[in-house]
Amino acid sequence: MPSPIQNPRLLLTSTRIPLYLSSKTPCTHRCFASLPSLSPQTLAPQSTTSSIPSIRESLLSGRKKAVEIAAEYLDRIRLTEPQLKSFIHLSDSVLKDALELDRKVENGEDVGPLAGVLVGVKDNLCTVDMPSTGGSRILDGYRPAFDATAVRKLREAGAIIAGKTNMDEFGMGSTTEGSGFHVTKNPWDTSRVPGGSSGGSAAAVSARQCVASLGSDTGGSVRQPASFCGVVGLKPTYGRVSRFGLMAYASSLDVVGVFGSSVIDTAIVLSAIAGHDRLDATSSSHEVPDYSSEMIALDQLNSKPLKGLKIGVIKETLGDGIEAGVVSSIKAASSHLEQLGSIVGEVSLSSFDLGLPAYYILASSEASSNLARYDSVRYGQQADADDLSLLYGDSRAKGLGHEVKMRILMGTYALSAGYYDAYYKRAQQVRTLVQKSFKDALDQYDILISPAAPSAAYKIGEKTNDPLAMYAGDIMTVNVNLAGLPSLVVPCGFVEGGASGLPVGLQMISSSFSEGKLLRVGHIFEQSLQGYNFVPPVLSEN
Amino acid sequence: MALFIFRGFCANAIILIPKNGAFLHKIRPKRSQFEVQARRSGSTEARPAQKSSQMATRERQQQQLQGFEAIIGIETHVQLQTSTKAFCRCPYSYGSDPNTTICPVCMGLPGTLPVLNSRVVEFAVKLGLALNCEISMKSKFDRKQYFYPDLPKGYQISQFDIPIAKGGFLDVDLPVEFGGGHKKFGITRVHMEEDAGKLVHSDTGSFSQVDLNRAGVPLLEIVSEPDMRNGIEAAEYASELQRVVRYVGVSNGNMQEGSLRCDVNVSVRPGGQQEFGTKVEIKNMNSFSAMNKAIDYEINRQILLHKQGQANQIVQETRLWDDATQKTFTMRKKEGLADYRYFPEPDLPEVVLTDEYVDQIRKSLPELPEAKRRRYENMGLTMQDVLFLANDDDVCDYFDSCIQNGAEAKLAANWIMGDIAAYLKNEKVSIKEIKLTPKELAELISSIKNGTISGKIGKEILNELICKGGTVQGLILEKDLVQIVDPAAIEALVDGVIAENPKQLEQYRSGRTKLQGFFAGQVMKKSKGKANPVLLTKILQEKLNAGN
Ligand SMILES: [Zn+2]
Repeated sequence: MPSPIQNPRLLLTSTRIPLYLSSKTPCTHRCFASLPSLSPQTLAPQSTTSSIPSIRESLLSGRKKAVEIAAEYLDRIRLTEPQLKSFIHLSDSVLKDALELDRKVENGEDVGPLAGVLVGVKDNLCTVDMPSTGGSRILDGYRPAFDATAVRKLREAGAIIAGKTNMDEFGMGSTTEGSGFHVTKNPWDTSRVPGGSSGGSAAAVSARQCVASLGSDTGGSVRQPASFCGVVGLKPTYGRVSRFGLMAYASSLDVVGVFGSSVIDTAIVLSAIAGHDRLDATSSSHEVPDYSSEMIALDQLNSKPLKGLKIGVIKETLGDGIEAGVVSSIKAASSHLEQLGSIVGEVSLSSFDLGLPAYYILASSEASSNLARYDSVRYGQQADADDLSLLYGDSRAKGLGHEVKMRILMGTYALSAGYYDAYYKRAQQVRTLVQKSFKDALDQYDILISPAAPSAAYKIGEKTNDPLAMYAGDIMTVNVNLAGLPSLVVPCGFVEGGASGLPVGLQMISSSFSEGKLLRVGHIFEQSLQGYNFVPPVLSEN
Repeated sequence: MALFIFRGFCANAIILIPKNGAFLHKIRPKRSQFEVQARRSGSTEARPAQKSSQMATRERQQQQLQGFEAIIGIETHVQLQTSTKAFCRCPYSYGSDPNTTICPVCMGLPGTLPVLNSRVVEFAVKLGLALNCEISMKSKFDRKQYFYPDLPKGYQISQFDIPIAKGGFLDVDLPVEFGGGHKKFGITRVHMEEDAGKLVHSDTGSFSQVDLNRAGVPLLEIVSEPDMRNGIEAAEYASELQRVVRYVGVSNGNMQEGSLRCDVNVSVRPGGQQEFGTKVEIKNMNSFSAMNKAIDYEINRQILLHKQGQANQIVQETRLWDDATQKTFTMRKKEGLADYRYFPEPDLPEVVLTDEYVDQIRKSLPELPEAKRRRYENMGLTMQDVLFLANDDDVCDYFDSCIQNGAEAKLAANWIMGDIAAYLKNEKVSIKEIKLTPKELAELISSIKNGTISGKIGKEILNELICKGGTVQGLILEKDLVQIVDPAAIEALVDGVIAENPKQLEQYRSGRTKLQGFFAGQVMKKSKGKANPVLLTKILQEKLNAGN
């Protein structure tokens, strides 16, 4: 059998660069740095314009061809990727897919709602035409036999998969420093982390390397990097999007999430991927609305578009240990929401602080089980061994990273006879408490708000030797996963740092399957937020 | 699908794993002639010999027990005959080429998820009810975790603290040749789980290959209470369980193909001792007779160790039965209890049943072996007959249909257990395959009973009916087999024979009355066997004695 395994870290190859895109000589990624003459205009899109509706309009009106649109993004990838390293693998069929789409448009065939839209896919989502490693060396070169359901639905909607984005190994981490391959840089300041674990997906959308991207969120892995990178990030209700084809980290918490540079983009992608899947018994049959159709442009709204909406600020999220700049950004956002007509109050979630330890016990326990399949017997990197236990031991010792091993050990311990009741069972009881306190709060308020992370993006290496500090960074997000609720993060302000400040995200939480409400409110908030431009400097620096 | 999938991980398309002597112990089933127990054999001839030899075994064992008591519990895995596996849509058929009935889900590829096959629940409830269990209206799946190359996910989806059924029992009628008697064996629990794949060991022993065809095939594990005391009871428990799974149609219960596998726990304790002795697990028994022998061997081994003061040599271990040497031998010692780190399977929702669902299944249950045996007993059949008939539900259907067609129970049982069973055994066919319908057997029985044909002629035409079919009436007419019951016709035949044999008549009348047999034979011969023997005797006697 011929080996399909390619070097997944190889970026664009020179042969694929089409001549009509640029007058520049095609070059490989090694000479990216010497490509300063692309004008910033072509690179920097306007932050407030939603890309997906405009791409669709351009395509259908014939103003632009799909290959031209794709080429814009590929150009931007070529320029920015050497610095950012958002991807583990880039698709080599983007232009081929775009050409095929152009042919369809010319023939007047139906094209889907995501036609011509380049989407980055987190590497823990299986793709049939690209390696899928979950950020782990143990799956180096692994090529799935099938597309994840979310990926299949993207393709069916006409999307073009741009590549596989970098992540902390199997989703365990908050920085992408835990990737088995490389660290992704934050487009706002390349000395900083993009957040994680879906850091590659967040950075790619932030740097407009793709229009939107998929991530996964087990304890905040979509929301925290969205906040760090200044993009919109949505963690849907548990079960809203099929997990089939998502490499499991913690099955009872994992959800596939979406990144976009605008709320509308995020809503359109969610409409495409949500829904029941017969391959995932935990996927919901709850009806999927057309999330974007309910959004209204700002100029058509009155001055108090959120009149009557009750918003609760979670008290525990603005206390000690939260960066001052973050607190003031969230307070500013809450008064902005008030100006839009909503009634803002303060709400306390009594079990808030219990969520973090409970989360780490449950997630590690499930992970210790979910990762048992990476035994190198059927697939993945296999160590040389002449004995079965050595085969298991050496393959996993070499293939899995430090953080993953630590969580497997923690989870194995928590599930061991004699400890189960003290750890796993108690954590499940906490989970019930967390669910109840959210329910009580959401009986009072339509939407709860909090920061998405206690700080803005921090320096690469800053927390690598302090796992507890890293875990503490998840305090804003893990409770939402324990409760299974949907949550939307929208950029709301900046704190000092980097060349032009660091973005801060506002987290909005609502009750199960009310993504529509979150997206509507997020859309109004985003449009009415004046004076901020969430396009990172990396796009204009070059 | 399989080929397509292999493209995905061609790096390890041929799954080879190094073999470590202790861990990957060769578990090769020893093929042996399936020894059918006497009462299951379908042959009445074979019984007495077998019976005496088994009685001898039993007595020998009783002697050897010498004040010790054996405690036996059985865990049985039954493979369900659903059309697809438990958590994916792969079919399963025994004996397929390796790795041809597999898919990403049952191979445990990254990102795949289990989706429960609802038939598995239906079958579990069916068997649970058939075993008189309490059904859990709400149960869940759990993961049982251990590493082994035949377990693709690194865990087996099973049920831990809430099995789908629990607290039942199984009624067993022990065979007459073992002293008979009715026993009730407790069923602790029935739970759903998935099967693992298989390791195929190379002839050189240097590597093993993994065949995942069986991975994900649905199983029910039935755990008995430690209620059995000897090999026969254990074998009878297992054989009754096999009957039940076949009756309710959840499994083919085939032991050779591994569709029904029994792991037996045996411990021995001195009489009067309260606590159990150290239990030893025995695996690899391919038949009920192997089970019986393996258990009795193990009991004797343990008793011997007790008597030699070496009870400490009885350790928690798994032993395999070797049919060739008729012994058990150590497979692996258990060091402490294995910690499977069970926790609730997060990929599968809870299994919640409604009363309607359970009631519907309850209503659909067929009459079970125990009920059949009691019904047959009430018909006045002997326990030997009852056990024979109720052993196989096809035989039951046949027998019941005969009765419905008016046949007398005892007569129908005799025919089925005698000539028909002998035919089935010789031709190795099932009762469903013979051409003689239950209706015609009933007709045959009544034709003999009402004197239309003689019993002798009945036996003669039975074979033809079994092989070629047709009706009893048709054959009687075609072959002119109707019994002569007209006294005048018989009288004429008798007169003719008497007239033809004056010498014998004279001898008879002068006292040699045993010559009556000679005359009867002559008349029967003349009638081509059709003369009614009772009438014949009556008329012949009248005629012979008339001259006195
Ligand atoms: Zn399968």
